[in-house]
Amino acid sequence: MTDTATRPAEPAIRPIRFVLNGAEREVAGVSPTTTLLDYLRGPERLTGTKEGCAEGDCGACTVLLCEHDGAGGLTRRSVNACIQFLPAMNGRAIETIEHIGRNGPTPLQTAMVENHASQCGFCTPGFVMQLHAGWLTGALTDRQSVKDAIAGNLCRCTGYGPIIEAGLEIADEPVPDTGAEDAALSARLAQLEGEGVFSYASDGHRWFSPTSVDELADTYAAHPDAVLVAGATDIGLWVTKQYRELPLLIDISHVRDLKVIEEAAGRVYFGAAITHREAREVLAGIHPDLGEMLRRFAGTQIRNAGTLGGNIANGSPIGDLPPCLIALGGRIFLRKGDDLRIVALEDFFIEYGKQDRAMGEFVAAIEVPRLADNQRFFAHKISKRFDSDISAVMAAFCLTFEASGEDVIVAEARLAFGGMAGVPKRAKAAEAKLVGRPFDADAAADAMAAMAEDFSPLTDMRASSEYRLKTAQNLLKRFQLELAGEASGRIAGMGPETLDMAPIGGAS
Amino acid sequence: MDETRIQDRSGAGEPGIAELNERPPGHEARIRGGVATPAAHDSGMKHVTGAARYGDDEPELPGTLQVFIAMSARAHAKIARLDLAAARAAPGVAAVLTAEDIPGENDYSPVFGDDPIFPPLQGECAVVQYVGQPLFAVAAETELQARAAAKLAVVDYEDLPAAISIDAALAHADEAGEDLLPAYEMRLGDAASALEAAPLRASGRVEVGGQDHFYLEGQIATAIPMEDGDVFVRSSTQHPSEVQHNVAKMLGVPDHAVTVELRRMGGGFGGKESQPALFAAVAALVAVKTGRPAKCRLDRDDDMEMTGKRHETRIDYDLGFAEDGTILAADFEHCVRCGYSRDLSAAIADRAMFHADNAYDLKAARIHSRRLKTHTVSNTAFRGFGGPQGMVGIERAMDEIAFLTGVDPLDVRKRNFYPAIGEEPAVTPYHMPVTDCVIAEIVEELEASSDYRARCEAVKAFNAGSTIFKKGLALTPVKFGISFTTTHLNQAGALVHVYKDGSVHLNHGGTEMGQGLFVKVAQVVAEEFQIDLGKVKITATTTAKVPNTSATAASSGSDLNGMAALNAARTIKDRLIAFASERYHVPKEQVVFEANRVRIGNDEKRFSDLVGEAYLARISLSSTGFYATPEIDYDREAASGRPFYYFAYGAACSEVVIDTLTGEYRLLRADILHDVGRSLNPAIDMGQIEGGFVQGMGWLTTEELWWDDKGRLKTHAPSTYKIPTSNDRPDDLRIAIWDKGENRAETVYRSKAVGEPPFMLAISVFSALTDAVCAAGNGRAFPRLDAPATPERVLMAVEDVRSQ
Ligand SMILES: Cc1cc2nc3c(=O)[nH]c(=O)nc-3n(C[C@H](O)[C@H](O)[C@H](O)COP(=O)(O)OP(=O)(O)OC[C@H]3O[C@@H](n4cnc5c(N)ncnc54)[C@H](O)[C@@H]3O)c2cc1C
Ligand code: FES
Ligand code: FES
Repeated sequence: MTDTATRPAEPAIRPIRFVLNGAEREVAGVSPTTTLLDYLRGPERLTGTKEGCAEGDCGACTVLLCEHDGAGGLTRRSVNACIQFLPAMNGRAIETIEHIGRNGPTPLQTAMVENHASQCGFCTPGFVMQLHAGWLTGALTDRQSVKDAIAGNLCRCTGYGPIIEAGLEIADEPVPDTGAEDAALSARLAQLEGEGVFSYASDGHRWFSPTSVDELADTYAAHPDAVLVAGATDIGLWVTKQYRELPLLIDISHVRDLKVIEEAAGRVYFGAAITHREAREVLAGIHPDLGEMLRRFAGTQIRNAGTLGGNIANGSPIGDLPPCLIALGGRIFLRKGDDLRIVALEDFFIEYGKQDRAMGEFVAAIEVPRLADNQRFFAHKISKRFDSDISAVMAAFCLTFEASGEDVIVAEARLAFGGMAGVPKRAKAAEAKLVGRPFDADAAADAMAAMAEDFSPLTDMRASSEYRLKTAQNLLKRFQLELAGEASGRIAGMGPETLDMAPIGGAS
Repeated sequence: MDETRIQDRSGAGEPGIAELNERPPGHEARIRGGVATPAAHDSGMKHVTGAARYGDDEPELPGTLQVFIAMSARAHAKIARLDLAAARAAPGVAAVLTAEDIPGENDYSPVFGDDPIFPPLQGECAVVQYVGQPLFAVAAETELQARAAAKLAVVDYEDLPAAISIDAALAHADEAGEDLLPAYEMRLGDAASALEAAPLRASGRVEVGGQDHFYLEGQIATAIPMEDGDVFVRSSTQHPSEVQHNVAKMLGVPDHAVTVELRRMGGGFGGKESQPALFAAVAALVAVKTGRPAKCRLDRDDDMEMTGKRHETRIDYDLGFAEDGTILAADFEHCVRCGYSRDLSAAIADRAMFHADNAYDLKAARIHSRRLKTHTVSNTAFRGFGGPQGMVGIERAMDEIAFLTGVDPLDVRKRNFYPAIGEEPAVTPYHMPVTDCVIAEIVEELEASSDYRARCEAVKAFNAGSTIFKKGLALTPVKFGISFTTTHLNQAGALVHVYKDGSVHLNHGGTEMGQGLFVKVAQVVAEEFQIDLGKVKITATTTAKVPNTSATAASSGSDLNGMAALNAARTIKDRLIAFASERYHVPKEQVVFEANRVRIGNDEKRFSDLVGEAYLARISLSSTGFYATPEIDYDREAASGRPFYYFAYGAACSEVVIDTLTGEYRLLRADILHDVGRSLNPAIDMGQIEGGFVQGMGWLTTEELWWDDKGRLKTHAPSTYKIPTSNDRPDDLRIAIWDKGENRAETVYRSKAVGEPPFMLAISVFSALTDAVCAAGNGRAFPRLDAPATPERVLMAVEDVRSQ
């Protein structure tokens, strides 16, 4: 324990202040790990929001979250209430299904009924909230965007068609101009959030929400045994699935300094609290495969909450971002107190369950290099289901080429994988087979064979060891074929237009 | 009409007929929401606003206890010791209950008496038989307290040998000389000699996986203790009568002491047929033991670990056929994985056999079925009730016959259809003549509308030029038998009240799980009375209003309850006609119900006015209605008879593309033509068709149940168990209701059941995947592809055909 005398004064404990369906709330006396869903369905008796899984996977609990951006603006996003903790709502506004049709059914609700988009109706409030959020944020542009918007919502009855139709019908409905109200709400939320570190406690369990990175550094230094919570898309499940006690939490989702994206020459810096949704466009700009990966990474609600920092710091061997960033040569900035250090992402993952992160140290930012002209990149996510499924294998390759006499040869190879080992890991033996020679079918075949030395993946409910290895190998082959112009197209994007598609793939 | 005047009991306040008629009736041509109109789901607006209430949404009574059911951690073990002292002493705990607390019978099974609520703690039977089996219950102030207390229990197990897979189950059964349920066989002609004599043979095996229901609303029951020791139970169930009976049996009280009610379920799909009795029984036990209301609500993981699923089935087929693909004889061997207890497995395995022929005249057949015990959760009803599994067998065989003969798979199929209406009917392997067969006509239409032939050529051309991506196309039929194959279940009751203001209260034994049963039955009643649908109030299902009901299952909901409600409404209508005819001195035929009015001779009245008059004349305006399906009669002993009142038909054509490097695939387009007879509600029926198809596709593609070698289900939440999402549905999905559809049987308005049959349209996706894999091997070998055809299975099948 550090000497308490030298610590800055502990922030005063405050009740959780937020806006629920337009009315202010002040809540105290509930555990900090009370989920927003339990709070809504319990004390508030707002039972329109449903629990279908309590793990962020079905969307039945979708609510709309509004937050002020610290500069008078207001942002909106849908989240899974089942894995959001109530204290994180401090200074935010929540709208539930009961609210959105308070003045009579919205065009969306009418369209849902007219299209027969509900059967048992249990999933329906979640779909309505999700499409409502999509409409408000301009995310519904065409059929594909509607489908992507609801890919994190499960319906077991309808087969989705009528829901998609309803979503399409309202896509063109003008979004009412709420500029003035938004500004007022933004100011109100800023006021509710309060100054400095928000501190909450109940039953001896504590919660802090710093709002600046320095406050975060200080708070974490004072409580190095705290658990950091960002989007809670992992940690939420520790509570709802594993029933873990989390007596001390520091929430970084209000730290505005960690919610910036900065572009520099040849690289991009992401604050650790940037969500997957916020990062998607920039990452897609680095390479479309990254955009595609993020399209299929979880569902919209999870991408609206989950952060890049969380995806790295959780140390998961099956996270999707780490292999991609390792292949690109990404680095992370770790901060502890006032000390900052930079670590290559691949070195951060030491072994299963162990990362190069000291007590009280947090991920502050992620540096992602842009591709140089002589680099080629490939990323692909393999999962049982296309959307919202944890990868069996996540492959990301980056090759740097150079001229050598007549030939173009591989100067550097970075083949990174998730799902193949206890950590996101490069295939060093395979890489060695590629370097110094042209990237042709023979080189690919040698590297594919060498992957068996790099990895002995496990068999579990997602995939067998053989399948993991086989697809890891075959994806390298695909990369080679694509670069050679002998293959194109990914199955992910194949829709009806494929019906008339000319044959693709290499000649026999 | 002024209601207060009617209610006024003084003679002076009684309105005269002239006053009742003071406003003339309106003259709509047609009522709103009658039969055959696409009326919206009655709860649609409540669904989209969040106002529709489910089991967990009703306000809790003060003092309600939350119940957690602790589960076995072992697949098969003797319970050596169960020490609950610490659990009992934990904070917030009101009761910890085991088998020893059960006053009546310790069983919640539907038929066979082999599903203990909790395992007995003494003697021979003190065993657990699957991971997830209920051990004991903790009731506490909060769910978290109940869970925390349950963790404090000390359980010592002595492991016993466990069978987790079908292979292990076969080994166990052969060693013990006994299957879970006796094997069953259907025979048509002399299949063995016909097979011998056949010029060509196709034989193989297809393994068909199980499926979790994944109803979005998990299992839940609330029990409220009442006076006299009675219990009121709110249960999310497709079978309130069985829940009532099982709760009463468990408490050792008569059925009349238990009332079960529900307004709606958040999905059922068969998973709430026999399973809910367990949770209702546990909640009722807590309520009776503590005198407090008790809620037993499962979270997703507990639900998936504790409750039964679709039966995994292994099918070995051997077909004899002519060079042109005509089937001459068939032999099927089914190995059905039932789980630890019998549940509904006998009827389910039977239904798999009833559909082993699908739409094809097998001429000579032997279908043999073994029902095996595994130490996993007891499998149960699921949309199609075994039928889909049986059908996959013959459809796989059809694809193989096509492969072996070089005849187009669709031509092979067409060649073998049961004869059409009007032709000499052929009989099924259970000796039922198929007299209503329309499959040839439907397939003919779909073949044209889906442009099957041209697309076959296009697929071939594509495959010739593509090594990495391969396409597959398949058009498969469905013929599905409608009726409970247990004959006595084919009955239903309804209760209709007409209030004196002309509004109608409708109740029947069916349950609403999203399938639109309630609105369909209400449409039938509205049509009968010729009043707008809005005049008919749909009410919660309760055992107090309609007794002894069958499960809402076997697609029979609207057939049975629609008829029962129609009969109830007709009784009241007949009384109104008799009354009007007498009062106004017109023959009965001249009392005619037209849109919201009644024509009596040359006079006209609003429906509500006639009702008001009838009330004043002391005519009963309430009636029950009853219906029993006629003509069905199946002799199980002889494996012969007519188990089905009629068949529902449909067909689907699916086109897929696979990636031969990863096994990933996409369904690109599907065309569906489905027979719903004369639709009671085309919008609801379209919903059932699309929903059934997508759910079936999930079963055959991404929905994989995965147990580890200890018998632990590792896919027990949506994070690991993958049902289809919006992007799995093809953009190009063309669904049509067959416009020539008409039920030859005298069902309600000649409609056909639609709940289950469309599920099997998805077999076309599985066949298309098989076709694509076959193409990946350049047609050299016929692929062995099991279901679910996950990307992994597809890739392995591709590797396999390419290595041959
Ligand atoms: C339904 C669902 C689907 C998902 N699908 C995918 C998927 O397709 N691909 C995938 O990769 N992941 C997936 N995930 C996992 C998860 O969403 C991601 O890992 C996400 O990025 C985690 O971020 P978070 O901000 O929510 O983390 P949190 O849950 O808040 O935290 C996760 C861990 O990281 C730590 N942490 C967070 N931020 C920091 C920081 N700045 N410094 C130090 N430590 C920190 C926390 O202490 C905790 O240990 C899914 C999760 C769900 C629930
Ligand atoms: S309850 Fe399923 S996502 Fe929240
Ligand atoms: S309507 Fe039942 S789950 Fe969507």
